[in-house]
Amino acid sequence: MDYVIHELKTHFSGRTFEKKREDLLFTTLETGVLVHALKHLRDVLGFRHLVLITAVDWIEEDQFQLTYLLRNHTQKTDVGLRVFIPRQNPVMESVHTLWETAATYQRELHEMFGIDFPGSPRVNKPFILEGWQDIPPYRRDFDTKKYSEETYFPRPGRKTHDPETYMKQKLYPDGTES
Amino acid sequence: MSNDDLKKRRVKGPDGIEFEVNPMEDYFCTERPHPESPANRILEKFFNWARSESVWILGYGTGCGAIEMRPLMTPRFDAYRFGIQWRPTPRQSNLLMVSGYLSVKTLKRVIRSYEQMQNPKFVMALGSCTINGGMYWDSYNTINRLDHYLPVDVYVAGCMPRPESILAGLEELKKRIRAGKGEGANTYIENLDWYKANQKKIIKDWDMPDYNW
Repeated sequence: MDYVIHELKTHFSGRTFEKKREDLLFTTLETGVLVHALKHLRDVLGFRHLVLITAVDWIEEDQFQLTYLLRNHTQKTDVGLRVFIPRQNPVMESVHTLWETAATYQRELHEMFGIDFPGSPRVNKPFILEGWQDIPPYRRDFDTKKYSEETYFPRPGRKTHDPETYMKQKLYPDGTES
Repeated sequence: MSNDDLKKRRVKGPDGIEFEVNPMEDYFCTERPHPESPANRILEKFFNWARSESVWILGYGTGCGAIEMRPLMTPRFDAYRFGIQWRPTPRQSNLLMVSGYLSVKTLKRVIRSYEQMQNPKFVMALGSCTINGGMYWDSYNTINRLDHYLPVDVYVAGCMPRPESILAGLEELKKRIRAGKGEGANTYIENLDWYKANQKKIIKDWDMPDYNW
């Protein structure tokens, strides 16, 4: 894994590295070099399997974080590459030419977060939602609870209890606790 | 099917004759359904008894409760001894068992299946999700109350109800049918505007049913 760190430092200006485990490494790269780094990891360093692409909505920093997780089956190691893109007009270069399966992840991210990947197959077609007319639902400025209450006829009378207090009252109504 | 397909236009048939097509009238049913009333009240009692002993469930599973319906078919619970069996098509079924949460996509297809069933027909709703949304009560794409979209005859509580509970629910449904209270289909038709308004509020891309009302 140290060789991977060396390569990412030397060729792709990788700076911060986190070893979550001995076989799991995360780093953050610039948007411009990410696709080249993915290609290098795949073709030279043996990380041939794209495990997943996912996104995190850092709404406070006005950014989306994209995470690409790659797997090297020979050495049984994983590398996660992170990249930050602006939350306004979020666009990222597509990697469907490296792994065809990336197109599905990118369709999901387009529908759920609104992140665009120009050129990716069917990225602008509906993915799993039919007739969705609001902002992408996984964005953190989408209020899921409010949307559900306004749309789906909630049944009145729902209450929430603190589990510890509630169970204590249920099990020991006279206040004793053995 | 796009909006252009629904516009009036002239087409030429295979025999060369040209004629006008109005899809909204020619391709879709414009006749609203009507409630059905029994022709003979005495004979209807016998019919209701027969119906209660011939509950044929549409083989359609939604949510996690579908896994609890499978044991009912096996020797241990043996629903067949109660006159209950599963059929693969809505046209052979009279009971739609909604066995869990319904996303909007699933609800669209559940409604279509229900409307394809012939009268008399009944709905049984399993679990918390059909009552108040259950653990998906604040989801962005899961409904909260099935009774706002379909007329529910029997609820079976639990998350998820076990096969024994479902058998008890089926017995309750049979009592209801014998008592002449299994009139969900008529309730649906008499309140069709309300049901349709609720359905159309959350199903934004109606593209399946063969009617325009």
